[in-house]
Amino acid sequence: MSGTSGGTYLGMPAFPEAAHDAVRDTTLRGNLRHATHTIRAKRAHAVAEVSDWAELREAGKRIKDHTLRHLDRYLVQVEETVTAAGGTVHWAADAEEANRIVAGLVRETGESEVVKVKSMATQEIGLNEALEAEGIRAYETDLAELIVQLGKDRPSHILVPAIHRNRGEIREIFAREMSEWGRPAPEGLTDSPAELAEAARLHLREKFLRAKVGISGANFVVAETGTLVVVESEGNGRMCLTLPETLISVVGIEKIVPTWRDLEVFLQTLPRSSTAERMNPYTSMWTGTSDSDRADGPRTFHLVLLDNGRTDTLADEVGRQALRCIRCSACLNVCPVYERAGGHAYGSVYPGPIGAILSPQLRGTGSEIDASLPYASSLCGACYEVCPVAIDIPEVLVHLRERVAQGGTATREGAKVVLRPAKGHAAERAAMRAARWAFGRPGALRAGQRLASRTRRLHPRTLPGPGRAWSESRDLPPVPAEPFRDWWRRTNGGEDGAK
Amino acid sequence: MSDRDVILGRVRRALADVTPDGTPYEAALPRDYLREHGERSLARTVELLAENLADYRALVHRCAGVPELSALIAGLLAGRGARSVLVPPGLDGAWLADTGAEVTRVADEAASTAAELDRVDSVVTGCAVAVAETGTLVLDGSPDQGRRRITLIPDHHICVVRVPEQVVGSVPQAVARLDPRRPLTWISGPSATSDIELNRVEGVHGPRTLEVVLLGDA
Ligand code: SF4
Repeated sequence: MSGTSGGTYLGMPAFPEAAHDAVRDTTLRGNLRHATHTIRAKRAHAVAEVSDWAELREAGKRIKDHTLRHLDRYLVQVEETVTAAGGTVHWAADAEEANRIVAGLVRETGESEVVKVKSMATQEIGLNEALEAEGIRAYETDLAELIVQLGKDRPSHILVPAIHRNRGEIREIFAREMSEWGRPAPEGLTDSPAELAEAARLHLREKFLRAKVGISGANFVVAETGTLVVVESEGNGRMCLTLPETLISVVGIEKIVPTWRDLEVFLQTLPRSSTAERMNPYTSMWTGTSDSDRADGPRTFHLVLLDNGRTDTLADEVGRQALRCIRCSACLNVCPVYERAGGHAYGSVYPGPIGAILSPQLRGTGSEIDASLPYASSLCGACYEVCPVAIDIPEVLVHLRERVAQGGTATREGAKVVLRPAKGHAAERAAMRAARWAFGRPGALRAGQRLASRTRRLHPRTLPGPGRAWSESRDLPPVPAEPFRDWWRRTNGGEDGAK
Repeated sequence: MSDRDVILGRVRRALADVTPDGTPYEAALPRDYLREHGERSLARTVELLAENLADYRALVHRCAGVPELSALIAGLLAGRGARSVLVPPGLDGAWLADTGAEVTRVADEAASTAAELDRVDSVVTGCAVAVAETGTLVLDGSPDQGRRRITLIPDHHICVVRVPEQVVGSVPQAVARLDPRRPLTWISGPSATSDIELNRVEGVHGPRTLEVVLLGDA
């Protein structure tokens, strides 16, 4: 894996440069297009099956908003309930502290390897690299993460980090790399998905069976009971959560829900939004641990509560809604810009529309990539329409554009700071290039129509607010008159060449 | 200052604009989504469970009573050529009455290692609850289900659902029945992945064959 630092890929070019590279890569574009278009239709079907989708979405939004508005109270409650159930709670204000805590806990066990369940939080903090530096090897066990790890690659999608790889490429990576990490790929491996899955099963099984330490994230933490929830498909999560003696879960502070009953909402909306299934194959729920002889699962459980920019995001009245995100990835799969730019262009573990509003808030807009991300969108609003917790991503994008362009106050590491306007800085140029890129793609541009026809607060010929001053002198192409929905339907979601 | 104090302090400052509100949580949160999607007879709910299980590639069997179940399980194990079967401590012995001595019964001892369990062919369990609308089985570690690892490591899982009493229509009904203090595993079909080109492929780390027996005459 390439190096990360607080979630920024080092040397990452700003969005438009990276996106240009992706667009030139026809294999990558083909892979992405195929995968996202497959899942779009399936998701729509899975959502249409439940007649109360709008009510479930509203409930999900309200549960998360309520939690965020009382987050101090719920954090303390989580600490109490997890501790009462036999777990140990740690607090990490930033990535370094979280990595230090986890490395220390692994060292205490005397082990030098760990098995990992796919977790956005541990990718965000660069945990694998931090453990490597301490002489601890972390094995990714999710199939897509395994593909990324073996391919010395970077993730490009929240749910399917190797979405940019097709089956032929996966076969190549397995045949070439598995022997370096453990059991080699079977002789004569073909590119049939079933054979590839079988190769992963054989390769990882010996690691599961001998693992003494498991590391996970969590989709939800229930404050009332201290219960953690991991939603998955393959069973690698179950392996990592039940076989090791020690389990360490690194969880962002926004993953809390107040009550046990709240899960009835998200267990309906998450699987249908992410893998477009009625229910994902496996969901594990555990409450603390027990050290009795008959204990079911790890004897020792540690929960690391991670801030790393989340409280700064919470301080922003418009931007805080990004913390409702349940990481379903539906917004990526419908995004015309993501489809063309690819996940790597976003320069963080959070690609796509959610990445465009989350990364600049978690990391600030100081770097070129982060300043350009709010512009990596045509504001078409498809992301908002599919989001199961109703995050108004276009609204936050516009808000962040204003911040980049105009400067203003923001919160960094808990302190109020005054940002200078980007005008005249490298950040401004990066932002403008991203904007022109997004507006300049025929498909992305036409999708931008929701803006004009559904009267969002800005006109597409000008960038929002103070961005206006810039954009007036710069050519942004005019937006066609056709409403987004009509375009979407007529072109089969952009399938027909985005005409 | 500890990281705990740092984080809690930051949260409180971040929420300075939020006016405190004493409304109890359940009152502040209207739950106007459905308890269940549509009205169904009990028999129809069981049918829907069978359909949704099958839709996600579980193999569904039905039988009216325990004598028939015992013969069915023996047949399923023989059909796979299973030579050993994991048995949870509280499993009804009558369920395995027809399974011959050539199939070794393996108990999940405290000292059993994962590698030992990996040599066992099959596992037979009950369940806590089954959800018709999603085709989901939930295990809660009760004595007829055993610890989580025994339904994970063998490649063949036979799960017996008592119908209609263990069947609910919807996810909200299942959540209401379950005890969060128990370790819970929600299972919907055999292990699968969507990681290769976003297509569902069955069979990664969990049992690749999931057989569900609906026991009872509903
Ligand atoms: S922003 Fe919404 S749609 Fe996108 S990943 Fe998060 S929850 Fe899903």
